[in-house]
Amino acid sequence: MKNGTARAKTPKKEPAYDLRLYVAGQTPRSLHAFANLKRICEEHLAGRYRIQIIDLLENPQLAKGDQILAIPTLVRTIPKPARKIIGDLSNTDRVLVGLDIRPAGNWDGH
Amino acid sequence: MLSPARSRKKESHPPLAKCATGIAGFDEITFGGVPRSRPTLVCGSAGCGKTLFGLEFLVRGARDYGEPGVCISFEEPTADLEANVRSLGFDLAALQKNKKLVIDYIQVEKDQIAETGEYDLEGLFVRIGYAIDSVKAKRILLDTPEVLFAGLSDQGTLRSEFRRLFNWLKAKGVTAVITGEQGEGRITRHGLEEYVSDCVILLDQRVDHSVVTRRLRVMKYRGSRHGTNEYPFLIDEQGISVLPVTSVGLAHAVFEERISSGISGLDEMLGGKGYFRGSSVLATGTAGSGKTSVAASFVAAACERGEPALYFSFEESPDQFVRNMRSIGMNLERWRKQGLLFVRATRPSAFGLEMHLVQIHQMIRDIRPRVVVMDPISSLLGDGSDHEVKTMVLRMVDHLKHAGATALFTAMVDDPALETTDINLSSLVDTWIQLKNIENDGERNRLIQVLKSRGMAHSNQVREFNLSDRGIHLSPVYLGKGGVLTGSARVLQEAQERAQDVARQQELQRKQTVLQRTLRTLETQIHALQAEKEAQEHELALIGTQESSYRAALNAERETLSLSRQEPTNKPNGTSNRAGSKRI
Repeated sequence: MKNGTARAKTPKKEPAYDLRLYVAGQTPRSLHAFANLKRICEEHLAGRYRIQIIDLLENPQLAKGDQILAIPTLVRTIPKPARKIIGDLSNTDRVLVGLDIRPAGNWDGH
Repeated sequence: MLSPARSRKKESHPPLAKCATGIAGFDEITFGGVPRSRPTLVCGSAGCGKTLFGLEFLVRGARDYGEPGVCISFEEPTADLEANVRSLGFDLAALQKNKKLVIDYIQVEKDQIAETGEYDLEGLFVRIGYAIDSVKAKRILLDTPEVLFAGLSDQGTLRSEFRRLFNWLKAKGVTAVITGEQGEGRITRHGLEEYVSDCVILLDQRVDHSVVTRRLRVMKYRGSRHGTNEYPFLIDEQGISVLPVTSVGLAHAVFEERISSGISGLDEMLGGKGYFRGSSVLATGTAGSGKTSVAASFVAAACERGEPALYFSFEESPDQFVRNMRSIGMNLERWRKQGLLFVRATRPSAFGLEMHLVQIHQMIRDIRPRVVVMDPISSLLGDGSDHEVKTMVLRMVDHLKHAGATALFTAMVDDPALETTDINLSSLVDTWIQLKNIENDGERNRLIQVLKSRGMAHSNQVREFNLSDRGIHLSPVYLGKGGVLTGSARVLQEAQERAQDVARQQELQRKQTVLQRTLRTLETQIHALQAEKEAQEHELALIGTQESSYRAALNAERETLSLSRQEPTNKPNGTSNRAGSKRI
């Protein structure tokens, strides 16, 4: 499952952050989520991340492994433990907390 | 059956298409099962058997109806589910291996999921769709999808996604069972019933008199009639069994065949042939009046004919029952060994009446006995039973009739004078035998009589019911001034009557002798007189003869004389002369 047919973005040898974005088809919400994720990663994790996009319409069997229910779902597989964020990732602070990039207490709340 | 206003909601499916669940009894109370290709909500509190209901629906579908299934579990991991139902003989692992079943455990852990922005449950749809397609499933179980409400915070999205999910399942043509936890004051905690409105089943677990009983109720079944009662159900080694207390009908088959009661004297009272097959018999009596003996004779007679018999004992253990019956010369052990006689002993208080009824039902289904005894049915009722419970007993009686089994129930009555039973069984039974204990002259004796027996000429006589080590024997009773005479009083009466009889016989003989003697005397006298009469007659005849000879002689003399007087005037006659001269 790890390799699947996911296409890798910004390939690095050993990324500190390995992220998977689960989508179901090219819906506006999925595209929006991917754009948000890409922006956040570039801003906070430049050069230290890898994003795989898994389209469940193409590979429905992959939904089981990461316990995917909601679409879109972002799963951080590395570093451990795994983290899950659902939604279109429109709230950057929540994404940063969810990915454990910024501790929960630090955000200035806007 | 189907109201037109409602039918417009069903688009593509025939309104009454149903999907048999295979759950014992359930398909009967719903007249065919759950609505096909539509979702059914099964709800109840924790531990009431919701998941089992759903799993049995899947397993029976896959195994018995050739309909593969999908189980989407939101609560228990696959391994737990497999372990939980293994004891019921449901091998989920094998079914999965054979592509008859897919189990997908969907884990929802709120603290592992952060939410940011909009989302939908397309991932869930994909997973369900994938599972359905992988085995071409016709049935699906969603085991408590409501836990999603706890795992995800966007309630509005969840609600619309649930609605979409159920419509999508309908469109896919799968028959769905969705379980739901019962909520405070509502059917399910999160109002799932708003989306699943075709069929709603409530499971309930109650404690009555410190006894747990499970009940099932079909709360709603759009477009179909259904039983509206609460039906007791049981979870045992074969899964769920709903007691199918279908409407009490009178359409059971009627048998002309007669079967022996096992007591020849009683058979005689019942028109000489015994009970009708398939009828129900009630034997009432006070304590120790011989009810169990009558019942045991009946099963023994059935086994003798080679028919399986089922004996429910609510007061004695099987061994005790067998031993006690041995004391009246009945060997029941051999029938048990041959597998013809099944004795099932349970304490009435061991579990609820519903459980008893369900178990009775199952045993009748499994053993298929021709003869069933419940001894005594009155103790099964207990003292706290309400009207509903009594009705259920009556339905059980009815069920036995439908099964074609001849049933004998014993019932304890407190007052032998009262010809009624606690539960008004008498109107339902075909034959009612009453046993009585009467006490007089310092002893108790048993009486038996047939109060009623439909469809046969039966005796109106009371018989004495004797139990001895040689078995049961019925003998006629004597009606004396003080009522019915039995036991020693009867023996005494018999002796007295015998003595009287002998005396009368002797008197008669004496009178006969006297009369005969008189007759003989008279006859002798008659003979003597007859002889005398004959002598007289003889004498009379003799006199007549003498007289006539005298007359003849006289006439002859006169003639001679007249002739001799004529001689001198005519010519002399030598002879006359000589005669005349001699006479001179």
